[in-house]
Amino acid sequence: MLVIPTMAELLQQVCNGLLLGSLFALVAVGYTMVYGILRLINFAHCDIFMMAMYIAFFIVAPDSRWWFIGFIIVIAITAILGMGVEKIAYTPLRKQNAPKISMLISAIGMSYLLENLATVLFTGKPKTFPQIELLVGMIEIGPIRLQRLALVVPIVTFLLMVILLTLINKTKAGMAMRAVSKDLETAKLMGINVNSTISFTFAVGSAIAGVGAILWGLKYPQISPLVGVMPGLKCFVAAVIGGIGNIKGAVLGGLILGFVEIMAVAFFPSISAYKDIFSFAILIIILLFRPNGIIGEKIAEKV
Amino acid sequence: MLEINNLVVKYGGITALDNISMNVEEGKIISLVGANGAGKSTTLRAITKLVTPVSGSIKYNGVELTNLSTQDIVKMGITLVPEGRHVFAEMTVEENLMIGAYLRKDKENFKKDIDFIHEMFPRLKERSKQLSGTLSGGEQQMVAVGRALMSNPKVLMMDEPSLGLAPLVIKDIFRIIEKVNQEKNMTVLLIEQNANAALKISHYGYVMETGRIGLEGTGTELLANKQVKELYLGKSEN
Repeated sequence: MLVIPTMAELLQQVCNGLLLGSLFALVAVGYTMVYGILRLINFAHCDIFMMAMYIAFFIVAPDSRWWFIGFIIVIAITAILGMGVEKIAYTPLRKQNAPKISMLISAIGMSYLLENLATVLFTGKPKTFPQIELLVGMIEIGPIRLQRLALVVPIVTFLLMVILLTLINKTKAGMAMRAVSKDLETAKLMGINVNSTISFTFAVGSAIAGVGAILWGLKYPQISPLVGVMPGLKCFVAAVIGGIGNIKGAVLGGLILGFVEIMAVAFFPSISAYKDIFSFAILIIILLFRPNGIIGEKIAEKV
Repeated sequence: MLEINNLVVKYGGITALDNISMNVEEGKIISLVGANGAGKSTTLRAITKLVTPVSGSIKYNGVELTNLSTQDIVKMGITLVPEGRHVFAEMTVEENLMIGAYLRKDKENFKKDIDFIHEMFPRLKERSKQLSGTLSGGEQQMVAVGRALMSNPKVLMMDEPSLGLAPLVIKDIFRIIEKVNQEKNMTVLLIEQNANAALKISHYGYVMETGRIGLEGTGTELLANKQVKELYLGKSEN
């Protein structure tokens, strides 16, 4: 069963692992940010991701010469969509101090709503994500043959994470986000507008998922209404593995999952049909030893 | 300056404030004393709209506060140092002070105000870059007070600032309350279980009992009152 790959193959797989891991990281960050600020698992996040792919299809596919501007518009629309989901599905419940479980049900409802809406609007027939030759073309580095994406995705992810961490740690808006996530009431007493801070968090998380969706679409070009479900689940797992609520943890979790999945298939090609199992097996193993995730802090529930 | 009239607050079916009225005059130190559960914290939480009153009015310089958001109320210059300090543990002392100034636009004055706070609490200067969660209780209370002062409030409300602190630190906190009142003409609304210390520095005080105002009077009057002495000061006449 075990197949030992050649050195070149192994290097190629390391690059693929980094590529897939970075993609997971981009979506996992959105889960972790929303959890950090609302203690809510935003199940609709994976469908925001799916919608971003459709938006990209409709904006970029007709004329892919302007793909760069098109993608920026896609990211902006995705951010607005994320804020819209928060305003429709969560704000009304939050305003009435609804129990957390109601928010969770609302999140699941929103997820199904978006999936079905996509089926009605775009039909269940898969569409093909616009392929940008500059990004998906192959390059050869010595014996390794790679898609350009394998270099682009990790770099984009790294840059976005640097920007995100700077935003959170060095700016006033980031300070407000940290304050709201740690102590909502005291944040209010500081004069922070809690509603707009939460909206902003959804916008940022969704925008990053939008970037993730575009890069995902370039790598795996088939779009369907349920395209977000499996990546969404894995990215949620990534966020939990890293320590939900912690942005660096989500990135780390994403990278671990990406590597494990690629390496498992590289070493055991005969079981590649079951590759999804590995993500969840890793989740169970890590949670057994680190119940709060790898770099997650213990969250003391306020009584 | 701050006028509360017939304020009623309920938590579920339980009445926390039952028709209370009080008046906070500008430039004065006003104390709210009373036992646990008397409604002292609820009064301050109602002023800052952390709880929504059932009926009654809270007017600040003639403006009704009960319809405004917490953010708007803080913007008007009313700030609360919450019970239990609630400093942002994962932020440094400096960041906590800066977040106190969240709504202020006059960045050029921040330095001066931080210097003023450092002068009052030299410990905070030493620990400026330290995470607030690693500080002692007394130091955290200093951060909480400093953070509130950074908003440059007109009315400073404090909920049990001396709770659980060492006597020397308590003395420090009370000294600061008097100092900001005199030097910055800040109005102070103070909740204390340590009624003796609070009434000593107060111009006026209210004694609360199970959601109502039982007694009121100047600090000296209340300190001399037999009932107050027995119930809250732990001294009896004979």
